[in-house]
Amino acid sequence: MELTPEEKKKQKQRNWAIAAVLAAFVLLVYVVTVVKLGANIMNRPL
Amino acid sequence: MTGVAATIATERAGASLAGPSDYLALLKPRVMSLVVFTALATMIVAPGGLHPVLAAAALLCIAVGAGAAGALNQWYDADIDAIMVRTRTRPVPSGRIGRQEALEFGGTLAAFSVFAMVFIVNLTAAVLLAATIAFYVFVYTMWLKRLTVQNIVIGGAAGALPPVIGWAAVTGNAFDTLPWLLFLIIFLWTPPHFWALALAGNEDYARAKVPMLPVVKGSRATRNQIVVYTLLLTAAAMAPYALNLAGPVYGATAALGSVGFIAATVMLWFAPADRERVTALRVFAFSIFYLFALFTALATEALIGLAPGAV
Repeated sequence: MELTPEEKKKQKQRNWAIAAVLAAFVLLVYVVTVVKLGANIMNRPL
Repeated sequence: MTGVAATIATERAGASLAGPSDYLALLKPRVMSLVVFTALATMIVAPGGLHPVLAAAALLCIAVGAGAAGALNQWYDADIDAIMVRTRTRPVPSGRIGRQEALEFGGTLAAFSVFAMVFIVNLTAAVLLAATIAFYVFVYTMWLKRLTVQNIVIGGAAGALPPVIGWAAVTGNAFDTLPWLLFLIIFLWTPPHFWALALAGNEDYARAKVPMLPVVKGSRATRNQIVVYTLLLTAAAMAPYALNLAGPVYGATAALGSVGFIAATVMLWFAPADRERVTALRVFAFSIFYLFALFTALATEALIGLAPGAV
C-alpha cells in the first residue's frame, strides 16, 4: 500500500513523537532510580 | 467525507492523517491542566517531604491518568461528540483517529500511569488514581452521562479527587481533613461550572440527547440550581479557613472570590432570555478563575510560610 505524501508526513511526525516520549521515559526511570537509591547508589562491592 | 467514512478510510494499515497534536487533543489538555494544578497546589500544602523529582513524577502520573480518562471518554462518546458543534472537530468524530485506536491509547496510558504511580510514588496514590479513572470512565461516561440530569453532579467526584491523590502522594495517607475539604470544594464547584456551559450550549446537548439539566428541566430550574450550588460551594470554600487548616490569604481569597461568584450567578438568575448565553459564559469563565484563585492562595500561603499546620 502506497502512502500519500500527507500520510507519510504525519507518519514521520508520529514516529518522532513516539521517539521523544520513549526517550523521556527512559530518562525518567533513570532519574527516579538514582533518587530512590540515594546515597546507596555507591554502596556495592567493586 | 463523513466522520465514519473517514474513520474507515484511515484504518488502512499505517495510513493515518493523525499528527501528534491529535493524540494530545485526545488527552483533553485543558481539563488536564486544572487536574494537575489542583493536585500540585495540594502537594505543596501537604506536610512531609517528597523529593522534587518524585513529586514531578507523581504529577506526571496524575496528568497521564487524567489524559487517559479523557481519551477513553472520547472513545465511548464519539457518537455524541460527532453531533455536538463544540466537540465535532475532536480527533475521533472528525475521523483523524479511529475509535479502536483511541480505546487502546487511553487504556494503555491508564494502566501505565497507575503502575508507574505504584512503583515511583506509593500504593495509596495509585489506588486513588485508578479509582478516579475508573469512576470517570465507567460511572460517569458509560453510565450516568446519558442516564440522568445528575450526571455531572455525581460524575464530578472524579474531577474532585486529584487533590486527594496529590496529598496521598506526599503523605502516603488519604484520610486527612484538608484534602477531602478540597475534594468537596471541587465537587460542589463542578455543577455551576458545567451547568453554566450547558446553558450557553443548550441546543448542542439537546441535539445529542444528553440529559443535561437545562435540556431536561429548563433554564429557570438550572439557574436556581446554579445559585444553590454556589452558596453551598461558598460554605465549603470557607471551611478550610474556619477550621484553621488554611491561613488569612486563603480566607480572604475564598471570601472575595465567593462574593464575586455569587454575584455572577445572581446576575445570571436575573438575566433576560436574550442575555442568558453571555451571562452564563461569564459565570463559566469566572468559575475557572475562582478555582485557580483558591488553590493558588492555598499553595502561596504554604510557600511563604503563612499556612497553619495543615493536617
